[in-house]
Amino acid sequence: MLKVKNLKASIEGKEILKGINLEVKPGEVHAIMGPNGSGKSTLSAVLAGREEYSVDSGTVEFLGSDIFDLSPEERAREGLFLAFQYPIEIPGVSTTNFMRAAVNQIREHRGLPKLDAVQFLKVMKERMKIVDIDQALLKRSLNEGFSGGEKKRNEIFQMAMLEPKLSILDETDSGLDIDALKIVANGVNTLRSADNATIVITHYQRLLDFIVPDFVHVLYNGQIVKTGTKELAYELEERGYDWIKAEHANV
Amino acid sequence: MSKDAEILDEFTSKEYEHGWSVDFEADEAPKGLNEDIVRFISAKKNEPEWLLEYRLKAFRHWLTLEEPNWAAVNYPKINFQDIIYYSAPKKQKKLDSLDEVDPELIETFKKLGISLDEQKRMTGVAVDAVIDSVSVATTFKETLGELGIIFCSFSEAVKDHPELIKKYLGSVVPYTDNYYAALNSAVFSDGSFGYIPKGVHCPMELSTYFRINAANTGQFERTLIVAEAGSYVSYLEGCTAPQRDENQLHAAIVEIIVEADAEVKYSTVQNWYPGDKNGKGGIYNFVTKRGICNGDHAKLSWTQVETGSAITWKYPSCILKGDYSVGEFYSVAVTNNFQQADTGTKMIHIGKGTKSRIVSKGISAGHSQNSYRGLVQVHKRAENVRNFSQCDSLLLGDKCGAHTFPYIEVDNSSAQVEHEATTSKIGEDQIFYCNQRGIGTEEAVALIVNGYAKEVLNKLPMEFAVEAQKLLALTLEGSVG
Repeated sequence: MLKVKNLKASIEGKEILKGINLEVKPGEVHAIMGPNGSGKSTLSAVLAGREEYSVDSGTVEFLGSDIFDLSPEERAREGLFLAFQYPIEIPGVSTTNFMRAAVNQIREHRGLPKLDAVQFLKVMKERMKIVDIDQALLKRSLNEGFSGGEKKRNEIFQMAMLEPKLSILDETDSGLDIDALKIVANGVNTLRSADNATIVITHYQRLLDFIVPDFVHVLYNGQIVKTGTKELAYELEERGYDWIKAEHANV
Repeated sequence: MSKDAEILDEFTSKEYEHGWSVDFEADEAPKGLNEDIVRFISAKKNEPEWLLEYRLKAFRHWLTLEEPNWAAVNYPKINFQDIIYYSAPKKQKKLDSLDEVDPELIETFKKLGISLDEQKRMTGVAVDAVIDSVSVATTFKETLGELGIIFCSFSEAVKDHPELIKKYLGSVVPYTDNYYAALNSAVFSDGSFGYIPKGVHCPMELSTYFRINAANTGQFERTLIVAEAGSYVSYLEGCTAPQRDENQLHAAIVEIIVEADAEVKYSTVQNWYPGDKNGKGGIYNFVTKRGICNGDHAKLSWTQVETGSAITWKYPSCILKGDYSVGEFYSVAVTNNFQQADTGTKMIHIGKGTKSRIVSKGISAGHSQNSYRGLVQVHKRAENVRNFSQCDSLLLGDKCGAHTFPYIEVDNSSAQVEHEATTSKIGEDQIFYCNQRGIGTEEAVALIVNGYAKEVLNKLPMEFAVEAQKLLALTLEGSVG
């Protein structure tokens, strides 16, 4: 599904990603962990297509095509979803209207007829259950005045609406209390299938108790320096990142 | 002697001439403006003597005035002697089908979601006999007539209801008001007259009729609406379809009289030709709109969506004379390319307990300049006045400008006047967020802008709100990315 080969990327002349290699297959859940400033969020931003980052070398294949040939919206329509670490506010635009625009543009791209208001509402009500979100919240301006938990839940609700092939959750656990964390994780697990894949970017092991990964990668200084199973996450939880830093001090 | 004074002298000292210098049979007056032209216009319209006198007084006053230059707009000096002030309404060439219409125009109609029948009407294509516009208009007129509502062209009103016109013409916007008001009063072409009798709730948007019967009202439009005590009317002016006109200068006057307990909602969607991408051409729109809440508990609400014109100079205002009367102004003004808009309102609080609310949303893109200019004035004897003003500006790109000029004059210490202003930019973050959900950049801008303007768009009559939303998107097409 996703093949990242020797990806190097920089912002304002500063190299952040220094040769990333990663392969994600359908049905898999990958966790990417790492200390602050290791390049986790840069990786998700580059995959989603943020313009501020320049891709210096390497390739990324998404569902068989070169991801850099696609605009951010084309990537999304092909099935790439990014749950934002800091979801953006859009005053005056309700989540409902926002999702209706998104769902219909994606459907158009996939050659499906647009959903009318009634059909859309039906789908929406179904998906609302997945993250236990209140319809009143969806009528409010997108993310405006939402609590941290509401914002993250809203991201997973959007994921449920758009049915992506590959979801990248960028620190979705940050700022969540344990109850909210469970709801969010439960949503992600419900949406898991043999056809889709998930990349969970996180700083802490905690989330991985609820979303169990098939692979855990440690990102440090712009490179994946270690790959293992969920046991690796426990080890990191116990020992912190210092031993990784020490092992790779010369990288 | 200065040139103006010279002209003034020449005209005021001139004896009435029988020898017309103007050909009466002509469909068009020669270029330029003088008393003969004013007489020509009045005669062409078979106007009574008192109206000619009104026009002449206005014209003589106009000569004494200087063209105002305080607005934050720039344009080459207008040569008022190089304008044709009267031409008979030209019959639109009838076409047999929409295939004969400029495809670009049809494309725009489609984007706005304007119905096929309406597209035909606006482009002069012959309409199916069953829904012939004249018969629909007649039906409307009958319904209104039964209620005693008068709604007709200004010229008809002069003939059929001279007592009303005589009573109200210039009562809210006197010809002495400003340069363009004086000019309009001298040479106005035509417009609309609405009269709602006491206690009558007008059952339909007057727009409906107006849109079906939109006559070529010319460049100096005149609208007068009188709402008697306890009546209600919602009036909609303009349309979302792009309006082209050979006349560059437009100077309209709208006067509204609202008696006790009556309510008037006046909505405008203005989409005059804004000029091309390089700022060439486009309409100059210098409008004086004002209403008076004459009686207690009267309410006047202005809603405007301004997307067109090269230059917009317009301040729909409320004189809140009756106690506890209410004035509202909701505005969205969009400027793109090289458009300039200087618009806002005046809320004049004279009666006690009067309230006003101003919500202005400016959106600038391209190289355009967008100004809000508003006055809130509280008179000495106006106790317990309340005003709330919210002026927001949204910028797209970094070559456009947004300006706010709020004037607040309070002579009574019991007044509560609040003013809030914000300026924001459409963030790349917002657009990226939309993109990441599969929404293209053009659609993202439309979504964000409509969200920003929602509070105002919600005030428009339903069917128009939808068109106005699309119009905003259309106006800003290609302005980002």
